[in-house]
Amino acid sequence: MRPTLVRWTGVLVVLVIVLALALGLALASGPSAIALSQVLAALSGGEVEPATADIVLRVRLPRAALAMGVGASLSVSGVLFQALLRNPLADPYVLGVSGGAALGGIVVLSLGAGVGLGYQAVPPAAFVGAVATAVLLFAVAGGRGRLSATHLLLTGVVFNAFASAAIVFLASLSGLSEGASIFLWLIGNLSAARVDVVGWVVAFLFLGLACAMPLARGLNLLTLGEESAQQLGVDVEKHKRVLLGGTSLMVGAAVAAAGLIGFVGLIVPHGLRLMVGPDHRLLIPSSALAGAAFLVVCDTAARTLFDGRELPVGAITALVGGPLFLWLLRRDLRQSFAS
Amino acid sequence: MSAGPAADPALELRGVEVALGRRRVLRGLDLALREEEVVLLAGSNGAGKTTALRVASRSIEVTRGEVELGGRPLAAYSRAELARALAVVPQETSLAFAFRVEEVVLMGRTPHLGTFGFESQRDVEIAHRAMRTVGIEALAQRPMNQLSGGERQLALVARALAQEPRVLLLDEPTAHLDLRHRVALLSVVRAFADAGGCVLMVSHDLTLAARHSDRVVLLAEGRVAAEGPAVQVLVPEHLRAVFGVDAEVVEDAGGMPIVLPRRSASPRSGV
Repeated sequence: MRPTLVRWTGVLVVLVIVLALALGLALASGPSAIALSQVLAALSGGEVEPATADIVLRVRLPRAALAMGVGASLSVSGVLFQALLRNPLADPYVLGVSGGAALGGIVVLSLGAGVGLGYQAVPPAAFVGAVATAVLLFAVAGGRGRLSATHLLLTGVVFNAFASAAIVFLASLSGLSEGASIFLWLIGNLSAARVDVVGWVVAFLFLGLACAMPLARGLNLLTLGEESAQQLGVDVEKHKRVLLGGTSLMVGAAVAAAGLIGFVGLIVPHGLRLMVGPDHRLLIPSSALAGAAFLVVCDTAARTLFDGRELPVGAITALVGGPLFLWLLRRDLRQSFAS
Repeated sequence: MSAGPAADPALELRGVEVALGRRRVLRGLDLALREEEVVLLAGSNGAGKTTALRVASRSIEVTRGEVELGGRPLAAYSRAELARALAVVPQETSLAFAFRVEEVVLMGRTPHLGTFGFESQRDVEIAHRAMRTVGIEALAQRPMNQLSGGERQLALVARALAQEPRVLLLDEPTAHLDLRHRVALLSVVRAFADAGGCVLMVSHDLTLAARHSDRVVLLAEGRVAAEGPAVQVLVPEHLRAVFGVDAEVVEDAGGMPIVLPRRSASPRSGV
């Protein structure tokens, strides 16, 4: 095996171990602390008190699974947007793609009942919302050239403001009784961890990864600019179509399940690039694993930081991501003035 | 050194017209490159040199005219096929992320790889040979964005060589290079042509680039203003017409022209 492949395998093995540890932490932590040995026993069907097994398998495991699915989806989407827009500031939340997905979902939630659409229609609707926003975004960005940080931020701010306003408007209009849960959704939280929801997220995640992985090497070239990539034999238009479709699937499902959790797609890829480098063939699977671990840990913190009170996990990720975003922005602006 | 008229051109542009917005950049450009030939493309800023290169790499579509590579219309090539036959060395490259030099040069192997795109040991060897050829093998593990402008340019040349193309298009390849690297790069280009390739090179360094070229093509307002061996093309009348400068041209011991621009010419005479 080539040294590169050995290193890549090593990185992925380490990340799998990190993810397993994060999962263990999530399953063991909560209002009633459960020893790791008990957690393992419950998972393997060994001898544990039925109540303990219930907490681990029916309460904490689905929620951790949702956190992993959403975290992985958002991180990988961040990586893909950053490569397509050639800007490390791009993230589904910052760009407003999450907002578009949320709007799609809320349209179905608030108006769909009238035409017989149930919850099952929310992830596809969120996907449509994400696609529409992403297509609009690329239309604004134009065919050529890197989307400058300024444009990226402005479009994102506008999309997000519009989506939030429309969401609140629709929610009030339809008298959606769960007004409070709408606002929880706008911040992002993982309390809706039903098995079918987890299933949607995981299915869309793997679809997205199946779109992205074969094109990972092409993505490396796209970061050098579309014209260069094309001159090196990359079918740029195909890459853009497939990757936009893939990210929209992942963002759509993640948002439909957990609302607007921000900055995961910014924090995880940034940290990973520093550690494993920018090659997307490694970066994409690494981001899936690290993103899963990151959101599980954040959600565990959200559940346990304050006794008996649960924070929305989006508040945690935004507290970490906001300052990082500002720091990256400062660096980006400096570089564009320098060149 | 140029091949005889019998040889079919490897790359040929016939009556090419290109409009960018309302501006007609190329207005009936005819250009033919043969194997083992280095052609220097020169002209004032905005004369259409870079556009001509972009036409030849199918990065922009022509409004009118034909482009053929190896006797086949350029449009009949797939992107990968084209990238195996023709490589471009751009003036600069945008670097949003910190790829290492070796990774960037390996990107030149893209059109030769399969779907998932894993490079074989052979691809790595080809990339390293290309880095050795331009003298940057020692920089292989350095991130591209920490290199000087000249080193980056050499890395882009190595990437183009790693494509193993038959045609090489270079856009001001010596612009950021010091004297030693200019000479070294032009020798690499010469050797590429002598091994059977053909080269179209845009440069403002007339004196130096001309002596590594077989032919000089002067562009003015989107078409060829003068064409032929350097001694015949780089003469004061042409330089005044194309660049709008009064230039003195002296011949060195080997009969190659040395161009010394003196001052802007008063009112531009026609071509």
